[in-house]
Amino acid sequence: MKVYRSRSGEVRALDGLDLTVAEGTVLGLLGPNGAGKTTTVRVLTTLLRPDAGRATVAGYDVIEHAQQIRSVIGLSGQYAAVDENLTGRENLVMFGRLYQLPKAEARHRADELLDQFDLADAANRTVKTYSGGMRRRLDLASALSGRPRLLFLDEPTTGLDPRSRLAMWEVIRDWVREGTTLLLTTQYLEEADELADSIAVVDHGRIIARGTADELKSQVGGERIEVVVHDRDNIPRAIEVIGRDTDGECAVDDHTRRLTVPTSGGAQRLVQVVRDLDQAQIAIDDIGLRRPTLDDVFLSLTGHAAELAPADDDDKS
Amino acid sequence: MTVTRVQAPAATGGLRRAISDGLIATGRNLKRIPRIPELAIFAILQSVMFVLLFAFVFGGAIPLPGGGSYREFLLLGIFAQTIAFAAATTAIGITDDINKGILDRFRSLPMARSAVLSGRTISDVVYNGGILVVLMLSGLAVGWRVHSSVLEFLAGVGLLLLFSFAMSWIGVWLGLSVPTVEVAQQVSFTTIFPLTFLSNIFVPPQTLPSWLQPLAEWNPISVLTSAIRDLWGNPNPYVGDGFPAEQPVLLTLIWVVVLIAVFAPLGVRRYRLMSR
Repeated sequence: MKVYRSRSGEVRALDGLDLTVAEGTVLGLLGPNGAGKTTTVRVLTTLLRPDAGRATVAGYDVIEHAQQIRSVIGLSGQYAAVDENLTGRENLVMFGRLYQLPKAEARHRADELLDQFDLADAANRTVKTYSGGMRRRLDLASALSGRPRLLFLDEPTTGLDPRSRLAMWEVIRDWVREGTTLLLTTQYLEEADELADSIAVVDHGRIIARGTADELKSQVGGERIEVVVHDRDNIPRAIEVIGRDTDGECAVDDHTRRLTVPTSGGAQRLVQVVRDLDQAQIAIDDIGLRRPTLDDVFLSLTGHAAELAPADDDDKS
Repeated sequence: MTVTRVQAPAATGGLRRAISDGLIATGRNLKRIPRIPELAIFAILQSVMFVLLFAFVFGGAIPLPGGGSYREFLLLGIFAQTIAFAAATTAIGITDDINKGILDRFRSLPMARSAVLSGRTISDVVYNGGILVVLMLSGLAVGWRVHSSVLEFLAGVGLLLLFSFAMSWIGVWLGLSVPTVEVAQQVSFTTIFPLTFLSNIFVPPQTLPSWLQPLAEWNPISVLTSAIRDLWGNPNPYVGDGFPAEQPVLLTLIWVVVLIAVFAPLGVRRYRLMSR
């Protein structure tokens, strides 16, 4: 899948963004607001024509074979919606029929989805009366009413409370287990980590990093030992002790009395540091082995991107 | 996205798909009407209010040249005015669908491209037909009568509905061109209101300044009003002897064709441009 530069005004929403999703896997498109995630989804779901470049979905070109693409995809997210003046069931039957299912099958499919998404009790109420979480579930169910091979979820949990978010993750995971290929956009690292097999980090319409969650984390650096010294006066001695056990540069935050040092020795090295500090009678408030989170990855990557992004105009299309 | 090209049903369902999807979209719009009763109720109230205001306030003050009941004269004008506002109904409906994101959902589905617009315009004709029935009933209550045959009565109803269909296509174009429901409302009211006043609805056109008279005579809303006044045998004190005065039914049909021929392609083009 390749998309090069869709232009809205003079802003390049997508600038040589190049993606491939393997069948049966989940790709997470991770990025801040305005990174180009939604534009990407809109191009791939035929809602927006790319101005240059090519994109194919399920083997079909988004411009020439838009209608074929529409019959094998499902779209749900901030830009797709349900009719709030219809009931949940009416919505699902309508979308099923517009996916060209025969009437009886569309009804059957609607009931199936209402059960699966825990909406059976509310099936005959107008969507206006639904909670935010229920609405999102119905929205997702609508996208699935045509049994899509490919599912696009554009920020499926943005604006949901934590409990609804967990429920939504559960639903998505169940669905993906059945073999649907999924492209998911999110601004939550936790969500990408939780749901995606591989992650592409997007910023300014470009992909700035890609890989599995683990690969991305290791790009930022390996494990670190963090020590919070109880007494500020002991910091120089602590640095000396820790320096004997590890080989990296020790970063010091005087204010929080936190020392951070990269290590490759894992838990074994941590135990040694604890013993040596104890022997040197240096009191500590906290100590731990820390792996980088996706937040670290994200901040370090987008921080770079913000500095490098302008003035890069090479024509890739 | 993936290497394998998955099996998809043929993209061209042609006319059959266009009709069945159009009917689904129409059904969806019709189902919504009783669920947002405020919309229909206020549309009806507004028209009934016009009937009553003009019948009782101006009824005695405006004498018709050549005699005849002012109420019967006026009521058909109110029918035509209400039908002209079909453009507003359609524009608001379309803009609302865009803002709620449901239009994007439709555009991501393998449905006939024409269905969203045809469903909207057809359901709005049904909606306006319903409002017309209420108007006629309240007209009957204040003294309006049809003085011609059943056939001519039905021809008049058909003409009103055709005109409402044409106005809806203006609404499609308008609805796709404005950003919000409020703007759609403002624009349609500020354009349609003057049109309904620069017509023969409230006063005979010969009472207007002479430079405005041709405008009022050819105005599609005047022509429609004349046509149904003629068809239903209600007073139509028209002194002009031009084409609009002699052939109001024919000219109404011409207006319907012209409006659709101009605004349907414009609306469809706007709809296509949404993906730019």
